[in-house]
Amino acid sequence: MSNPVLEIKNLHVWYRTYGGYSRVLDGVNLHVHKGEKVGLVGEAGCGKTTTMRSVLRILPEGQAHIPEGQILYHGNDILKMKPRELQQVRTRGISMIFQEPAAALNPVFTVGTQMFDVIKYSGLSKEESRKDNIKRLAIQAIKEVYIPDPERILNCYPNQLSGGMKQRICIAMAIVTPRELLIADEPGTSLDVTIQDQVHRLLRGLVEKKGMSLIMITHSLGVARELTDRIYVMYAGNIVEVARTSDLFANPLHPYTLGLLSSVPKLTGGGVAEGIYGRIPDYLRPPGGCRFHPRCPRAVRRCREEKPLLKDLGGHQVACFQV
Amino acid sequence: MRLHSYLLRRLLLSIFVLVGLSIVIFIIARVVPGDPARMALGPRAPQFAVDALREEMHLDKPLVTQYYYWIKGVATGDLGKSLVTKREVLEDIMEFLPATMELVMVSAIFVIVFSILFGALAARYKDKWVDSVIRIMAYTGVAVPSFVLAVLFVLIFGYLWPVIPALGRLGAGVQPPVSITGLLTIDSLLTGDFPVFWDALKHLFLPALALAIGPIFQEARIIRSAMTDNMGKDYVAAAVGYGIPNHIIMGKYLLKPSLIPAVSVMGLDIASLMGNAFLVEVIFNWPGISRYGMEAMLRKDLNAISAVIIVFGLIFVLVNILVDLIVAYLDPRIRLGGKL
Repeated sequence: MSNPVLEIKNLHVWYRTYGGYSRVLDGVNLHVHKGEKVGLVGEAGCGKTTTMRSVLRILPEGQAHIPEGQILYHGNDILKMKPRELQQVRTRGISMIFQEPAAALNPVFTVGTQMFDVIKYSGLSKEESRKDNIKRLAIQAIKEVYIPDPERILNCYPNQLSGGMKQRICIAMAIVTPRELLIADEPGTSLDVTIQDQVHRLLRGLVEKKGMSLIMITHSLGVARELTDRIYVMYAGNIVEVARTSDLFANPLHPYTLGLLSSVPKLTGGGVAEGIYGRIPDYLRPPGGCRFHPRCPRAVRRCREEKPLLKDLGGHQVACFQV
Repeated sequence: MRLHSYLLRRLLLSIFVLVGLSIVIFIIARVVPGDPARMALGPRAPQFAVDALREEMHLDKPLVTQYYYWIKGVATGDLGKSLVTKREVLEDIMEFLPATMELVMVSAIFVIVFSILFGALAARYKDKWVDSVIRIMAYTGVAVPSFVLAVLFVLIFGYLWPVIPALGRLGAGVQPPVSITGLLTIDSLLTGDFPVFWDALKHLFLPALALAIGPIFQEARIIRSAMTDNMGKDYVAAAVGYGIPNHIIMGKYLLKPSLIPAVSVMGLDIASLMGNAFLVEVIFNWPGISRYGMEAMLRKDLNAISAVIIVFGLIFVLVNILVDLIVAYLDPRIRLGGKL
């Protein structure tokens, strides 16, 4: 197989808090190949967004601390890049769509102003960065996300648009200049179900059309099943299971994945879904061994003492002693 | 458009504010003890002269009648005579107001420029030494009153190190320009008299700075905290992620939303400079309306007091409307009436 576009190796991210370091990411490994659609699934607070924000180095400055790990973009470590190289990655390589479109757009500038700047500073040639060309690109991107009347939209402020439109604009901004990898951080979560579905379809269509790679962060296994080729299941800063999407649903192995699957309410009824007992651990004092053991129905003594590593079972990887 | 009707409503409302203010100041000026006619004429004036003046000023009538006479005059542009200068109050105001306006305007420019500069620098270098230096300057600047600074400036620049003039509006022997607006800098520019313009500007520097330092740092702190707050917002992270250069993010995408809370306070502070200018005007020997108003109060010069207060009120109201317009310009959510 070719070299991955992005490869995260043993990434640790800590946050400074008054109580000490909050050790959120505990050695995350992840890679994406060209044109591949990858899902990153886990419940809220398990470090999905932290992982992806560290890729673009947009974690809160001064609070986040990365003691260990590498984020390789075509083999170059983003964490060690000089500003100029990093800028190259941000403008040409990777772009990100945020969970809350209302928060990701600046409320006091028009959509046009914000989009034009994204295009203007994306490292275009002098010829390409002429005003009319920038506008042409913006209008084209808005058309690509199926918003009618792009000229009018450019003069709108974000609060004049609906939630779905705002998210489409965010998508348009992320794809307005060519990029290799798109990171979508729960792009549908703050939208209602029908709009959510439209946004997901739109994303899939665009990624396939442009041959981009996609990392889709979601807490919904259903969304991941629909949109991705391969799924990383994440729990409390660790990747606990990796498999092709079809394999994962056919044969889920990790107790956490099983728990997630049983949390999905069935339309056929049968009462409230079973779910997983307990909560995400306190990252200031994370449990030793496997971070899932306090909530795991199958935990044994070894789970408390030793951290399970991902073991490969024929393309399906899982981090659990019991499997 | 919404903005026009909003503006109209604000203007109508401000008329009520001014009428209310006029009633309050009218009553306060008259209920404090002391006979204005006696004070105007001096302790040795004969009683019949005092009585005549009282009658002329309608001071022998009930308060309501007095107010009626006074407000009728005000409505027709007649603010009455000053008991101290013996001139029309309007003339006095025309003479003294421009000096204060000029002072306050230069102060306002200082406040706007330096508060944004210091606020943005402190936010940019948050928790670094730049931030600490600005913070110490800010605590000092807010704590030391403008008149103390004024005395210090006069002492330093008027006596120890005379590099810049510290007294009056123009140097001795400088011929003031033909009065068009009464603002020396503008008049001299209009008549093309650049040496006088330069001289007037130099004279403005110290008093304007003494007035401005408090508000500069108060606003700088507000801007700093708004900017550091907004730095954690997703739209900033998104802009960084799109590869927009840092100076564009700081100076554009972060600064504009962060100015909104500062502008309201800034407007009030700048309007307050009019009144706060009193001691600074006294110390710098600045012939302004603040000093005139204070002297009028000490001598119970009824018409002058009321007129000065009304002028201050009018300026406050106008500045507030201006501030609202600026905020509406900065924040489309207000301008376009969206959900906040």
